Amino acid sequence: MCGIVGLFLKDPALEPDLGRHLAVMLETMTARGPDSAGFAIYGDGSPERIKITLRAGRSVDAGALAVLLASALDGEVDVVARGTHVVVTVAAEQVGLALSAIGDLDDDLTVSSVGSHMELYKEVGLPADVARRFGLSQMSGTHGVGHTRMATESAVTTAGAHPFSTGKDQCLVHNGSLSNHNELRRRLTREGISFATENDSEVAAGYLSWRLAQGESLGGALEASLKDLDGFYTFVVGTDTGFGVLRDPIGCKHAVMAETEQYVAFGTEYRALSRLPGIENARVFEPNPATVYFWDRAA
Amino acid sequence: MNDQIRIPRTLPRYSATFDPQTMSEIRRAAATGIYDIRGGGAKRKVPHFDDLLFLGASMSRYPLEGYRERCDTSVVLGARFAKKPIELKIPITIAGMSFGSLSAQAKEALGRGASVVGTSTTTGDGGMTQEERGHSSILVYQYLPSRYGMNPDDLRRADAIEVVIGQGAKPGGGGMLLGQKISKRVAEMRTLPEGIDQRSSCRHPDWTGPDDLEIKIEELREITDWEKPIYVKVGASRPYYDTALAVKAGADVIVLDGMQGGTAATQEVFIEHVGIPILAAIRPAVQALRDLGMHRKVQLIVSGGIRNGADVAKALALGADVASIGTAALVALGDNDPHLEAEYQALGTTAGAYDDWHEGRDPAGITTQDPELARRLDPIAAGRRLANYLSVLTLETQTIARACGKSHVHNLEPEDLVALTVEAAAMAGVPLAGTSWIPGAGGR
Amino acid sequence: MTTQFSAKAVDLAATSVRELNAALHAIREGSNVARWQVLNPRGVHAVAAGVDADVTIEIDGDVGYYCAGMNKRATVIVNGSAGLGLGENMMSGLIYVKGDASQAAGATAHGGAIVIEGNASGRCGISMKGVDIIVKGSIGPMSAFMAQAGTLAVFGDAGDALGDSIYEAKLYVRGAVKSLGADCVEKPMDDMHRAELYAKLERAGAAGEVDVGEFRRYGSARALYHFHVDNAGAY
Repeated sequence: MCGIVGLFLKDPALEPDLGRHLAVMLETMTARGPDSAGFAIYGDGSPERIKITLRAGRSVDAGALAVLLASALDGEVDVVARGTHVVVTVAAEQVGLALSAIGDLDDDLTVSSVGSHMELYKEVGLPADVARRFGLSQMSGTHGVGHTRMATESAVTTAGAHPFSTGKDQCLVHNGSLSNHNELRRRLTREGISFATENDSEVAAGYLSWRLAQGESLGGALEASLKDLDGFYTFVVGTDTGFGVLRDPIGCKHAVMAETEQYVAFGTEYRALSRLPGIENARVFEPNPATVYFWDRAA
Repeated sequence: MNDQIRIPRTLPRYSATFDPQTMSEIRRAAATGIYDIRGGGAKRKVPHFDDLLFLGASMSRYPLEGYRERCDTSVVLGARFAKKPIELKIPITIAGMSFGSLSAQAKEALGRGASVVGTSTTTGDGGMTQEERGHSSILVYQYLPSRYGMNPDDLRRADAIEVVIGQGAKPGGGGMLLGQKISKRVAEMRTLPEGIDQRSSCRHPDWTGPDDLEIKIEELREITDWEKPIYVKVGASRPYYDTALAVKAGADVIVLDGMQGGTAATQEVFIEHVGIPILAAIRPAVQALRDLGMHRKVQLIVSGGIRNGADVAKALALGADVASIGTAALVALGDNDPHLEAEYQALGTTAGAYDDWHEGRDPAGITTQDPELARRLDPIAAGRRLANYLSVLTLETQTIARACGKSHVHNLEPEDLVALTVEAAAMAGVPLAGTSWIPGAGGR
Repeated sequence: MTTQFSAKAVDLAATSVRELNAALHAIREGSNVARWQVLNPRGVHAVAAGVDADVTIEIDGDVGYYCAGMNKRATVIVNGSAGLGLGENMMSGLIYVKGDASQAAGATAHGGAIVIEGNASGRCGISMKGVDIIVKGSIGPMSAFMAQAGTLAVFGDAGDALGDSIYEAKLYVRGAVKSLGADCVEKPMDDMHRAELYAKLERAGAAGEVDVGEFRRYGSARALYHFHVDNAGAY
């Protein structure tokens, strides 16, 4: 049970302000999710360089990690630390090597996400504190999603915070409660998808990654989830170039969107959108139940 | 003479699986095409407070002197956020039962009985009646998915507001009242046509989930200027999470109803197969309160099969603040009384087993809207019986608390209890009698 | 002798909703403040909830959940859009929204009128118990679910499952109805119904904007009023 925010920019002029807007939106959803918060930001990048976002139970010494990794990989490694998280950028062909080297170097480091554009940050605590610790307001990018969590049945931990990422440049945030996630998790595990938590939302993320890995488009994967996921859900998902929204056929959980020439925005409540530029003249609407909404900057 | 061997006949043997009760239900279903609907709570045997015992004082602890040394029973509910918390003289309340499911006389009797001993009654699905408000010194107003008869004046007239998410007889199900009981007055209160089967929804129409509940509670507090305690009632199924979420959503009081809790009318399959016994529900709920630092700050009311002072004392010892009664209160008023045996026989049942509360033909005049039948219940005499019964429950609770050396019933602890069975020990989280073994303690 | 009526402005950027509502609840008969203006609501919840006074409250901007919840007598004007549960359980008075309304507008409302200039989302008029709801745009799916009494008039279209499990509420839709819910059927629209609808629109100040002859009428088939095994699939 949660608050979701999302912002997909059409106008490059707003890109330097992406994080600033997202931080305000995230903080507005504090009451819906006081336990933990997280966000994924899609920024600069190229297919040749891959960003690995890692999280630790403490602050990470970026310089030391960079030295160790550079010698392990014998190649160029960028390391940027933000609080308990660190983003390691390596050549695309070295990702596998880097991931195993990281595992060997420090078992306190957990991989949050891998992608050429996406960085993913999440932590236990109030949304405003989480946003500040990672410097969200200073981040720029093309699109991003954020989440504030009120844990229902799984633990209040950083691993249980959203977004969940189970594929390259893919992330998912969820509001609601799935009723068939245990059986689905078993099915997907047999298909080779691995899960880090008991969280129902991670199963949804894994499900979409599984569909995408089979060559399905994000729109197609969302469409398929209408049949395979039971219970209540509003999903907001991100890919390297896209931004999608889906509500279950019953449509219990509230959701509101705003679209202008400059952006598409999502909020669990209108409050989250109320400070966006030009909101007075935006087309504000509620996504229909069982209807896939998808925006893609590559299209 | 032909010396034939006499072969002894075995006695006819009923199947344990297809027993006569089961077979009669199959025949009933085949004849009607509708599931069996009835009132009351679970009738099957489930682990209950009977399987717990108190460790009275002896050498290592000193008891209090009965009747002389004071054993306090007062409870304050709702001080977390409400400007006007509820003060009860006894830790026993009357659970929600609607006018509609019960006659006006029965509702009046509940109010009279509870008021004498200083405790509260609760409305049900169908709104608040003048009689009920008039006769109940402390009245809890239920806020249900149907919102029948809901209005801001009654909200402000109430002493507390109970947001009902579910009940023990049917967690996940809505209310139900069949046409026989939708009299003109009941129909008007609910804005329904007279005599039709009422279908109630299982979810609230304008919110779902704890994040929206928080906003709903804020609205109810705004409407009532933050004066009234807000209770949240759930049927026992996942008590740890439900309790934690109700606290996060801003509840002052949690009401937890076990599967033995009664209902006016629900599918038998729901009553007997959904939800968990109250014995198994209290510890997880209390654990959630402890984990959030809210035990005894957000009060826990438990219900579902409370019958005597021992049950009350055991519920309190496991960590509840109040025990609530429904079925037992109706029995005190006169429900299923043996003196009506001939009339129960005429209805195809027997005193003690009558559960067709939905049909409105209750000879005791309690679960009915038939004016003739309802008149049989004298609200003054029935109210007196209820007051007597509540007094006995309180005295029994105090007796046990004193024997354990407690000057307030809330000082009873889980450590004052042992269990007679492995099942009860695991569910209640207390050791098996004579051992220090608490089965399943590691997984709690 | 002349009575002076004045207006009062409350800026929610500087004042809390609690202070606003407390002031609105404190209005006594004969108050000379006939008009309240609420500024900068920015989607906050429970604005003007539980008011019981002959007063006009004008809100400049978008409101969150449960705006004018349980309203009695007051006229509440929202110069913007409204969040979930607009005017839930309203008893009397008028709510007028210039923009759109979110889900469950007018849920369980017993009386008064709600006029929405824009669209209303899903579950509009859910369990309505006597309110009149007029939506000048379209309404979303599952509207008028278990609607018990009152009138829902829609100038535009209606989404899926209109009037599922409906009791005695009256539904008038001018545009297309995507699908009807269980036990909801189209009923003949005769002069009496046109006159009734006209009167409802007139009372809400919306008569003359549309031709009442263009509406179609929907209501309960009353087949689910008593259980019958042949209808088991509809439950």
